[in-house]
Amino acid sequence: MLTTPSAPDHDLVAGLDKPLHVLREDGTRRPDPILDPLLRDVDLELLRGLYLDMAVVRAIDDEAVALQRQGELGLWPPLRGQEAAQIGLGRSLQETDFLFTSYRENALAWCRGVSPGEMLSVWRGTTLSGWDPFAHHMATPQVIIGAQTHHAVGYAMATQAQGKDDIAVTCFGDGALSQGDTNEAMVFAASFHAPVLFFCQNNHYAISEPVDVQANVPIALRPTGFGIPSLRVDGNDVLAVRAASLLAAQHIRAGKGPMFIEAVTYRLGPHTTSDDPTRYRDEKELERWRRRCPLGRLERHLEQLGASLEELRADAERRSQEATTAMQEAVAALPSPAPETMFDNVLATEHPGLLRQREQFRAFTASLAPEQTEGSAA
Amino acid sequence: MSTTMTMAAALNAALRDSLEADEDVLLIGEDIGTLGGVFRITDGLKERFGASRVIDSPLAESGIIGTSVGMAYRGMRPVSEIQFDGFVYPGFDQIVAQVARLHYRTSGTVQMPLTIRIPFGGGIGAVEHHSESPEAYFAHTPGLRVVTVADPQDAYSTMRAAIECDDPVIVLEPKRRYWSKGEVDTSVSAELSSARVLRTGRDATLVAYGPLVVTALEAAVAAEDDGIDLEVIDLRSLSPLDRDTVAASVRRTGRLVVAHEAPGNVSLSSEVITSAVEDCFAHLEAAPERVTGYDIPYPPGALEDHYLPGIDRILDAVDRTLGRRNSREAA
Ligand SMILES: Cc1ncc(C[n+]2csc(CCOP(=O)(O)OP(=O)(O)O)c2C)c(N)n1
Ligand SMILES: [Mg+2]
Repeated sequence: MLTTPSAPDHDLVAGLDKPLHVLREDGTRRPDPILDPLLRDVDLELLRGLYLDMAVVRAIDDEAVALQRQGELGLWPPLRGQEAAQIGLGRSLQETDFLFTSYRENALAWCRGVSPGEMLSVWRGTTLSGWDPFAHHMATPQVIIGAQTHHAVGYAMATQAQGKDDIAVTCFGDGALSQGDTNEAMVFAASFHAPVLFFCQNNHYAISEPVDVQANVPIALRPTGFGIPSLRVDGNDVLAVRAASLLAAQHIRAGKGPMFIEAVTYRLGPHTTSDDPTRYRDEKELERWRRRCPLGRLERHLEQLGASLEELRADAERRSQEATTAMQEAVAALPSPAPETMFDNVLATEHPGLLRQREQFRAFTASLAPEQTEGSAA
Repeated sequence: MSTTMTMAAALNAALRDSLEADEDVLLIGEDIGTLGGVFRITDGLKERFGASRVIDSPLAESGIIGTSVGMAYRGMRPVSEIQFDGFVYPGFDQIVAQVARLHYRTSGTVQMPLTIRIPFGGGIGAVEHHSESPEAYFAHTPGLRVVTVADPQDAYSTMRAAIECDDPVIVLEPKRRYWSKGEVDTSVSAELSSARVLRTGRDATLVAYGPLVVTALEAAVAAEDDGIDLEVIDLRSLSPLDRDTVAASVRRTGRLVVAHEAPGNVSLSSEVITSAVEDCFAHLEAAPERVTGYDIPYPPGALEDHYLPGIDRILDAVDRTLGRRNSREAA
């Protein structure tokens, strides 16, 4: 499977001085020689679609935070601020491209048609894995920082060996850049020319630690040391992220080996609902990034193109309502797993020792007074 | 002079006093500086001792442990924090292949006075990898000391002793007991490797450690209702094991029950029971029993109460050793 790496046919890294972008803050379109060729299909309909996606995932995200506050979920990792980075990527891939992400990529799950119940169950604690990875071509959230990067590379190598043209995509944060796994994954990808896209959302923090703890050069430079070409893109510009992702996917699909995208963005919310970000970042910084809201930028652009914002917002509101109502219903309907299911699926076939424990558990549960067995702890 | 404080505050005080007492002591870990740690165990320490002694490390556990090894070579006494039990594995190689062996490898020339703090165990309704009990991996590895703490005083004194110890010490902190309160006297010192008898009793010896010490004491109180008098031992040190304290107790009671959250297969209960069989077989009046996590990965939060040993499961095991009616057979 080892192929001789060929030199990439363009500079190893683009966007170093200023992240690649095609929408200015004021919503006007600017030319970009690298991304423009990938934007020829952009029309009002496509822009509206991207806007609605971002608006709905923001509503989903807010609703999940609310559900956590109400005690319906144990935890939630908000993606507020990162909508463009995730939707831009999600709407550029083929359906069969396989995603290996961390825990914050719920907008990608949305793009993949993951249902509200599937999305929320892990965070409610009723399961360890909310959906069938093969049904959605997306592995369920990875909690161990960086671990999934290896999985994407292996998946990509296998895909290549099978002669198929779908690619693997791995998403991770700026913090993951420090893990051995992530760096090893880049070595494997480069050595084996694997059809894999490394997609890093640099949201400027790993919990409380600012990105310069992990890297004192732009993250997009890191992969170049492994010989992996990379693009540094404005992660709050959904068009730019989409174009960069299309470009990378084309490169990878053409058999030119792995690519890396750093989407420069910002986490507007806490790390998770358990976090108190006032302990480590100041209001001024937050305010600066609030003004760079990815939805606002696209809204201004659409307005300039003559789209009716009123109509757009009403549409977004309606779809958001639908999505959040579905979440509330899904959470209420999520079954508490039957206690004995915890013994299922440890090995492909249950071994006698575990069967014995299962029976002991059954006997013990039966021995308790009825009031103690009713319901299970949620 | 003693003050009432939480276990979290006691650990914070122990780290503060260690940093104060020895300028070679330093702390390193993820989010321990500006944030004060996700459990706030290092709260305020960066402000007090500066960023070079309370280091917010890059997000890499192998890096945290390996870097601590290098610092120890140069005479420092690093105290590293692993944010959650389930995140120690990227650092596992450095711990078992380097930290544990350097003293032996160098014929005693190089000392590794590292302290590795790990919040461990379940019971907080967390997502995957935040409720693990990895102690057996480390207890299995020669060259490491592995200790647990169970209450604020024990937490304070044991942490101080771990940092002063010239061996590498893994300190497992029962995260679900971080907010439990107790009296702490900072002048009390602790022996690292000894178990303690927390309650004397005649009928059976109940051995626990870490988060289950409180549960074991509660079980002993509940057992009184049935006229059962339990002796409760907090093992404290998981490696080396204080088998003498356990054996002395079993010689008195003739019965042994061991409880822990970790799965039972090749676990601390395997070792404690084996040691009792080797040391005082003739005094055992019934087969030893254990109450442990099942041999499954830690289940989703909604099921953890069924997985974690509680008072009822412990008393059920006590009943078995006493030949009383229990869930597995009616006596
Ligand atoms: C191996 C490992 N170590 C530590 C943690 C604890 N932890 C969870 S998220 C996180 C920060 C991750 O930051 P980043 O990679 O930037 O992703 P973000 O949360 O910003 O999306 C840390 C340290 C973990 N999950 N896994
Ligand atoms: Mg981040």
